[in-house]
Amino acid sequence: MSVITVPPATPRERSLPPGRYGISGLLRSEWTKLRTVRSTLWSFATVIVLGIGLGALATAETRAHWASMGLGDRLSFDATRTSLIGVFFAQLVIGVLGVLVVTSEYGTGTIRATFSAAPRRPLVLAAKTAVFAAVSLVISEVVAFISYFLGQALLSAPATNTSLGSPGALRAVVGSGLYLCVLGLIALGLGVLIRHTAGAIGAFVGVLLVLPLIISALPSSIANDLQRFLPANIGSSIVSLHPGSHNFAPWTGFAVLAVYAVVLLVVGGILLVRRDA
Amino acid sequence: MIEARGLTKRYGDKVAVEQLSFTVRPGVVTGFLGPNGSGKSTTMRMIMGLDVPNAGSATINGRSFHDLNWPLHEVGALLEAKAIHPGRSARAHLQMLAETNHLPLRRIDEVLELVGLTEVADRRAGKFSLGMGQRLGIAAALLGDPGVLLFDEPVNGLDPDGIRWVRNLLKGLAREGRTVFVSSHLMSEMALTADQVVVIGRGRLITETSIDELTASSSQRYVSVRSPEVGKLREALEQQGAAVALEDDGSLSVRGMDAASIGEIAGRLSVFLHELAPHAASLEEAFMELTEDSIEYRGESALSATDGGAQ
Ligand SMILES: Nc1ncnc2c1ncn2[C@@H]1O[C@H](COP(=O)(O)OP(=O)(O)OP(=O)(O)O)[C@@H](O)[C@H]1O
Ligand SMILES: [Mg+2]
Repeated sequence: MSVITVPPATPRERSLPPGRYGISGLLRSEWTKLRTVRSTLWSFATVIVLGIGLGALATAETRAHWASMGLGDRLSFDATRTSLIGVFFAQLVIGVLGVLVVTSEYGTGTIRATFSAAPRRPLVLAAKTAVFAAVSLVISEVVAFISYFLGQALLSAPATNTSLGSPGALRAVVGSGLYLCVLGLIALGLGVLIRHTAGAIGAFVGVLLVLPLIISALPSSIANDLQRFLPANIGSSIVSLHPGSHNFAPWTGFAVLAVYAVVLLVVGGILLVRRDA
Repeated sequence: MIEARGLTKRYGDKVAVEQLSFTVRPGVVTGFLGPNGSGKSTTMRMIMGLDVPNAGSATINGRSFHDLNWPLHEVGALLEAKAIHPGRSARAHLQMLAETNHLPLRRIDEVLELVGLTEVADRRAGKFSLGMGQRLGIAAALLGDPGVLLFDEPVNGLDPDGIRWVRNLLKGLAREGRTVFVSSHLMSEMALTADQVVVIGRGRLITETSIDELTASSSQRYVSVRSPEVGKLREALEQQGAAVALEDDGSLSVRGMDAASIGEIAGRLSVFLHELAPHAASLEEAFMELTEDSIEYRGESALSATDGGAQ
């Protein structure tokens, strides 16, 4: 029998920096993640181009047909909403982005590298949420303001337009940027809960586009009470000068939307800790 | 130093790891051996805090992974599954990791250089070959210059040059006083790389020992003997207590007796010897012997459990 030679165990002398990893490093890391994947950049570019473009298209179209529009149509025409119509397209792209910010990490396995560098998962989620919220808010507000000013310029006389001083106009413009941002966070929360891209996008589109169809098929006594809780109706109320009678007032609706996002993210954060990565 | 104490992990009904305890010391390469599905990757994920154990715990330098102040400074891991976004460049991947632990960005160039990816650092990782991906994973593990390193099948997809490179890297890291824990299927590779081994089967510890001890204790050690008079020699050897088998090629395999004694016996009988060759068991053989036992043992215990249930 050969003698077992046990090489000397010599722990390396090494001093660690003081303190602990934390939110500041995680914020920088999440920002790097967001801007170093081409698909993210393309998606944000799509939000900007189509978000602004659709509003311009809709307002130019209205201006071109103004002469042939009936009096009723002219009176009910909402110049603010029409210029911001691109929001209803941008919300789908922002939603997909919000989902992907999380599910692409699971899909590619990057999540294991992330959690091996920073095991406090709720902190990672907080950083991810903050960076995505900041970027999508800035881009959404830029889209909203440019759409608004471009649209109002295109709606020259005789068509009616509004100015930011008009009642409700500023709220609609600022609100539509906020709406997009919070919707993106809802999508991010769904991504954390579902973890698979297709499933999470399906859930997001379902809530935004399919749920309204289901509710509208219910008897109107029930539907009228329920539909105000739909994200799509809340968005419509925020973007329009005059929210429909069955809808929440714009800021009330926004608060409801924010509660959805917070609940999804908190539940997501709890599950994140419990589940295997 | 890595310590596992009673680690247990179940996926549904399936027990992947059961009551697993072992210690991985600094300064040596410790191999982690076990057949497919024996729980090696699961164990490593639990050490890295990625999978939550159902029972037991693992510590790194005496602390749970979750409590480390600067995880990348203290432990680096190359795990089994890919952990890289194909759309991101090697450099961006390392940068997003470095930033979490406040590592200086020049460290990224250092590790890229170390693994030989400097030229392709700005290419998207999705375009990397299997070997390049593996090297990027190793670069990520080394990023924080950690004292504890885990590698799950690091030579997967590497060519002979790459394998030799990993072998030298692991040995070098251990020589610097780091704790190096590496799983592999290639037992022959482990024989060249590891000093210590932790062997598991079906999620349970089989043995925790040194490579030398593992091969020495194997019953696969034998002496191969060729002679024109095998019959006479065999009889004499068996009388002296050796276990002798006649091989297809006409040689004898002698177990339980060393070459010197066999030679002396042959000399006393005046029998010519054409070959007298001791064979040490390869690690592979020793390993097969060990894990076979564990599987048999598990089969028996499952059977007796069923019997008990039927009564
Ligand atoms: N996420 C999971 N869900 C369900 N079962 C799992 C999961 N991960 C591992 N297992 C099961 O646990 C057992 C141990 O798997 P593990 O991957 O740890 O083995 P391994 O020793 O790494 O195998 P290999 O040598 O093939 O890599 C296997 O039976 C496997 O099927
Ligand atoms: Mg494995």
